[in-house]
Amino acid sequence: MTKPADMLLRFDAVRKTYGAITAADSVSLDIAAGSFVALVGASGSGKSTLLKMVNRLVEPTSGNVVLEGEDVLSVEPHVLRRRIGYVFQGIGLFPHMTVAENIAIGPRLAGDRDNTARVSELLGLVELDDSFAPRLPHELSGGQRQRIGVARALAAQPHLLLMDEPFGALDPVTRDALGNAVRSLHDRLNLTTVMVTHDMTEALLLADRVLVMDGGQVVADEEPRSLLDGAGGTVAQALVAVPRDQANALAELTQ
Amino acid sequence: MSDVWTALLSLGDKLAEHVILSAAALALGTIIALPLAIWAGRSPMISRLALGFASLVQTIPALALLALFFPILLSLRAVFGEDLPTLGFLPALLALSLYALLPILRNAVTARANLDPGVLEAADGVGMTSWQKLRLVEAPLSAPFVMAGIRTAAVWTIGAATLSTTIGQPSLGDPIFAGLQTQNWALVLAGCIMSAGLAVLADSLLGLIERGLRVRRKWMVWLGSALAALGLIAALASQQAEDDDTVTIGAKSFSEQYILARLIGQRLEDAGFPVRYRDGLGSAVVHEAVTSGAIDISIDYSGTLWTNQLNREDSVPAGEMLTEIGRWERKKSGTLMLGALGFENAYAFAMKQDRAERLGIKTLDDLAQAAPQLVVGGDVEFFERPEWIAVRDAYGFNFKQQRNFTSTFMYDALTGGEADVISAYTSDGRIAADRLVVLEDPKDALPAYDALVLIAPEHAENEQLLSALRPLVGAINVDAMREANFAVDRLENKLSPEQAASELAVKLGLD
Repeated sequence: MTKPADMLLRFDAVRKTYGAITAADSVSLDIAAGSFVALVGASGSGKSTLLKMVNRLVEPTSGNVVLEGEDVLSVEPHVLRRRIGYVFQGIGLFPHMTVAENIAIGPRLAGDRDNTARVSELLGLVELDDSFAPRLPHELSGGQRQRIGVARALAAQPHLLLMDEPFGALDPVTRDALGNAVRSLHDRLNLTTVMVTHDMTEALLLADRVLVMDGGQVVADEEPRSLLDGAGGTVAQALVAVPRDQANALAELTQ
Repeated sequence: MSDVWTALLSLGDKLAEHVILSAAALALGTIIALPLAIWAGRSPMISRLALGFASLVQTIPALALLALFFPILLSLRAVFGEDLPTLGFLPALLALSLYALLPILRNAVTARANLDPGVLEAADGVGMTSWQKLRLVEAPLSAPFVMAGIRTAAVWTIGAATLSTTIGQPSLGDPIFAGLQTQNWALVLAGCIMSAGLAVLADSLLGLIERGLRVRRKWMVWLGSALAALGLIAALASQQAEDDDTVTIGAKSFSEQYILARLIGQRLEDAGFPVRYRDGLGSAVVHEAVTSGAIDISIDYSGTLWTNQLNREDSVPAGEMLTEIGRWERKKSGTLMLGALGFENAYAFAMKQDRAERLGIKTLDDLAQAAPQLVVGGDVEFFERPEWIAVRDAYGFNFKQQRNFTSTFMYDALTGGEADVISAYTSDGRIAADRLVVLEDPKDALPAYDALVLIAPEHAENEQLLSALRPLVGAINVDAMREANFAVDRLENKLSPEQAASELAVKLGLD
């Protein structure tokens, strides 16, 4: 396989089994630097498993994941993870640390303790002001918490941002606002983003490449426009049908 | 009430010992429990094993657990040498630490298991090493629960530490045990009030720390820790340096032993020796303690040593038994049998006079006839002792029921009708006071029980010490001993063992 210069992440025959269940079945993929990729599929389709093999929260049974030319298995997990932004549905803010301490945890782990300016800058990136810095997580709303989660993921200036159902627990308005905020951060900071979601609408609106997973395999790999044009096969089209039908129904209501 | 107050004020050194022992046991328990909890958090197998073990320990009665460390440490001497203490602080510390293990371990394991999985995933996700995860996330989030476990353990430990008296470790159990034996309720109450007060205080201070950890108020944590540390420092500071020349006199847990220990102690003090007492030692422990040098002097009884130590079942005349015991002790461990004090404290069967007359019982043969209608009472160990088995088999006893009482309550059981006949002690003052009849033993099935003094090997050649004690040999007749015992045991006008010992010395002209 050739390795183009702009290749950031590669899955090479990656396989993960849990006993008799195959969560990822020989997945091979190249993800270009700067792309915003959405991994879509039903529960149990293997999308989260595939994502977590990148930062080694899940170890592959066989195959390789290569990040910036380096096999992730050759790097200590904690060193690897400090280079990768990770946002997930559980958010997982440390309840005993202030917002500022939560955001600065990555740099602190790397030995950098004076982060006031950086915290302020990161709060700005997620559209929160400095007054949030001394607060504790339980004082925040769900949307504010996930904004802090995103700021924390970006603190160490990663090239790659992994998101596992990042907006799954949020109300639709917050979800929409936060989705757009993340997309604009992706563009501004020149990130490569891989986002797992079960919501095809979100995938179509935010991503520039949509991977559909089913039974541990990638069954469709399309741009949003081609999916809407009918490409990608039955599983993908079944997922696309949901928002399309909803849009049509809404359109009919307004007539 | 003023008796209780006076008793409370005299308990300062016991309180200090109690605080130090409890704090050390709690600290050791915590030091063992926390790494175990961390390990258990990473392995369900270890979790099950550790919690299973800790629960098992908890089912052993504290008294038995403390006593068990005596033989364990004794056998460990093969590894650690003869200097390994088998009595006192070390076994008490080990047993209480094991006891403290369960609440700390269980709370720590539960706290770890109940941590928000999202927070743990985030800790991994941001790139924490497992040590950083433990230090920055798991430990601070589990701390309030762990502290709650330590708090429970502290209350248990302070309570159970009162039992360490039985293995020769001074504690607030001393006044409780001594008071129970001599029916000095002021002393019992003082010991209970003091240990309960200590438990409540420790609970509040640790509770303050726990609350500080829970609501993240550092000043609460510091204040609680500082006050607890202050108490511990005060306890340590009040400990006088142990004087190596101090002669330790052991006493089993009944009045006669307390009095004789004081009688010996007062003579030694007059001769210029500093003296300390280890009261309330278990009867099985005391012989090992003196022969191994854990204590320096003990008072024992020839029949007890004959059957339990020499493992003899034959009957020999009293004088011959004494000679044989003296020879055996000297040869076995270098322990010196100084001599017999002049009275016997034998097991004997006693009944209320009117009841014995009504049933026509004068001897053990008569008793055997009537036994199927009678309830026999014995002290807590009596029915396990070889003497009971010997006398039972000799006369063919077949009682309606056997009941155990503490030696103090045994006499009350007889007068109260809960028992028809009891295994009394011949030197007990209550035999005369309660007008009991002692049944004759025509078959000589009960061995002789001459009270005798044992001196630890270390002092066997200490002429100054021996000459201070020699006047006691053969000097105490049974009537004088009964009177002294009764002076301590009676409910009215009771004397302390010290006072009874002084009176006994005056009466016998021992000056």
